Amino acid sequence: MNDTKEVATRESNAVQQAKEQERTIRPAVDIFEDDTGITVHADMPGVSKDRLNIQTDSDSLSIVGDINIPMPENMDAVYADVRSNRYQRSFSLSRELDGDNIEASLKDGVLTLRIPKHEEHKPRKIEVRTD
Amino acid sequence: MFGNLGNFDNSLFDEFRRMQRDIDQLFGATSWPSSIRAVARGSYPQVNIGSNPDQVDVYLFTAGVDPETMDISIQQNLLTVAGERKLVTEEGANYYRKERYDGSFRRVVTLPDDVDPDKVDASYRDGILHIAIQRREAAKPRQIEIK
Repeated sequence: MNDTKEVATRESNAVQQAKEQERTIRPAVDIFEDDTGITVHADMPGVSKDRLNIQTDSDSLSIVGDINIPMPENMDAVYADVRSNRYQRSFSLSRELDGDNIEASLKDGVLTLRIPKHEEHKPRKIEVRTD
Repeated sequence: MFGNLGNFDNSLFDEFRRMQRDIDQLFGATSWPSSIRAVARGSYPQVNIGSNPDQVDVYLFTAGVDPETMDISIQQNLLTVAGERKLVTEEGANYYRKERYDGSFRRVVTLPDDVDPDKVDASYRDGILHIAIQRREAAKPRQIEIK
């Protein structure tokens, strides 16, 4: 009897987690590449520096940020475009990108990430010899 | 070859619709009809509005906009916020994604009738413009004595 209960609780926890994941906001991003690396701009209004979590490993980049709005007491939501407190988005990185040296800055709710390329992958101009 | 595409409508999309309805109910969207000045969901900037008996709070998710350039005005119970977000396009770079809104915007919010247009406070932090509008004293519930 107890066992059955346990399973049921665990299942509902899993469902709960899945629901929370679905409710995250996918921040709008601009991504561009130049000779030395890739730059990402992401709109994450309401996220302060201490509530932003950027994780990278060799082949992926994940951005998670929590919105922190000080709300007055007994507030009723009248209208809400934004219906989650969490931004989340992840990207896969390719091998020529240097995931260990990503630079990040946050200003007015816009996150800027600079992902440099490994030195040996920076394009070299090939001169054509004319004899 | 693809079968009847209409069949998709029964399972997956019903589920989405049900979810949307649940969310709407959770936030009371069904009890508040949408304003005639409302814009499509997802338009820039996104807006959240909350209220309590003392004040109405409007939050505009205006990331990357210089607050000095925003024009906020209130006429009776109509709150208008207009501004422009200018994104710098990097010359000579290859763009893969351009999802962020670029250009001017304007949003008009209809507030309850009892707000006091003289008591408005606006602040900007982390890309969110927060406008708090006090409600009139007279509008607050009050005890009536029987003589």
